[in-house]
Amino acid sequence: MIDRDSPVTEEELHAFVDGELPADRQEAVAAWLSAHPEQAALVAAWRAQAESIRARYGAVAHEPVPGRFALDRLMRQGRASGGRSWAALAAAAAVVAFLVGGGTGWVARGATAAAPNGFDAFTADALDAYKLYVVEVRHPVEVPGSERPHMTQWLSKRLGAELRIPDLQSIGLKLVGGRLLPGPTGAAAFYMYEGPSGERFTIYCAKAVSPETALRFKEGQRVAAFYWVDDKVAYAVSGPADRDQLEKVAKTVYEQVDRSGAKKS
Amino acid sequence: MATFGKQVEAKIPALRRYARALTRDSDIADDLVQDTLVRALRSEHLFHGGEIRSWLYTILTNLNRNRLRSLARRPLHSPLEDNDAPDLAGPEAGSRDIERALATLVEDQRNALLLVVLEGLSYREVAQVQGVPIGTVMSRLARARVQIKGFLDGERPALRRVK
Repeated sequence: MIDRDSPVTEEELHAFVDGELPADRQEAVAAWLSAHPEQAALVAAWRAQAESIRARYGAVAHEPVPGRFALDRLMRQGRASGGRSWAALAAAAAVVAFLVGGGTGWVARGATAAAPNGFDAFTADALDAYKLYVVEVRHPVEVPGSERPHMTQWLSKRLGAELRIPDLQSIGLKLVGGRLLPGPTGAAAFYMYEGPSGERFTIYCAKAVSPETALRFKEGQRVAAFYWVDDKVAYAVSGPADRDQLEKVAKTVYEQVDRSGAKKS
Repeated sequence: MATFGKQVEAKIPALRRYARALTRDSDIADDLVQDTLVRALRSEHLFHGGEIRSWLYTILTNLNRNRLRSLARRPLHSPLEDNDAPDLAGPEAGSRDIERALATLVEDQRNALLLVVLEGLSYREVAQVQGVPIGTVMSRLARARVQIKGFLDGERPALRRVK
């Protein structure tokens, strides 16, 4: 241990004020300060700052907690408002990345469960399906978009999850139809949409292991996909590699499938 | 879930205190706390043991940073200036001074200082919340203290003169 007369660094003075020094060093610094009035004044000023901050805001923690913070209510509210908003999904993604990078006490389990294998395999399958069927002129789908109710029922049954086939008319995309495909862990549902100038987007979805994950983006040479898991269903929205355009499609899809989740509960 | 919920619930008063000091606006602060709680409850599966307290402070700190970032894209107005009452002497003036002094800090410094002196987190915990080494936390803390001291030393005599 450093002896009583060793010089005290400014860092140590801060640690002294914040109680971060080992007990014996704490004492030594206190003794040192009694012989160094200038530094003692500094320490006193820092302590006074801390006191003012506590005096100003400390009482907030003793206020009764407002009713809006009742947890069961917050959880209901979260679901009623359609769960995670698209923006919230992006923000949560930042939190996940941060936890993985900086955390020692915890890991982002959702992220590890989905990556790299789950996410990569799933989006690779989705992009393969996209590339395979998007060029198909005569038989791009098994069931035409005009039979939406039938298709919803059929694919939901085969996947073992209640699906909702998004309506993307609001962004100018018409449902061409859908088909059943093999997925990483069983059946996968595949829907195709077409825009006014013939551009095609597809949604590939299957049951997932993790209940939900952050949003991910994968870009190939000419195609790209957004991937996420929500309410135990994984989605990959694929299309031409124009991120802004694809994000608009993915966001619309997200909001619609999420609303169906809210309806269920 | 019951325990997780209970643990989160127990932290609400402290989160409100931290948010109030961070934003210096009770409405914004409570919105921030609410967002933090919703986010935490929906991300329970992302929490894998460890200290729930640091995790919640992390979410709140990140959300506030996002808020400030989106605010920065719009023209800023300072709520502090808007409702400035005539300056008072006594303890009232002191608490106002510290509020203004905090407002002059860089966000990362304000986070570090408040987490240490108001929330009682250790340097190690703050490092975890901010995702930086402990040395960075200490230098943020040091700069925050210098800045506040400078502000208070410069500001107080001026206020007295006005009176």
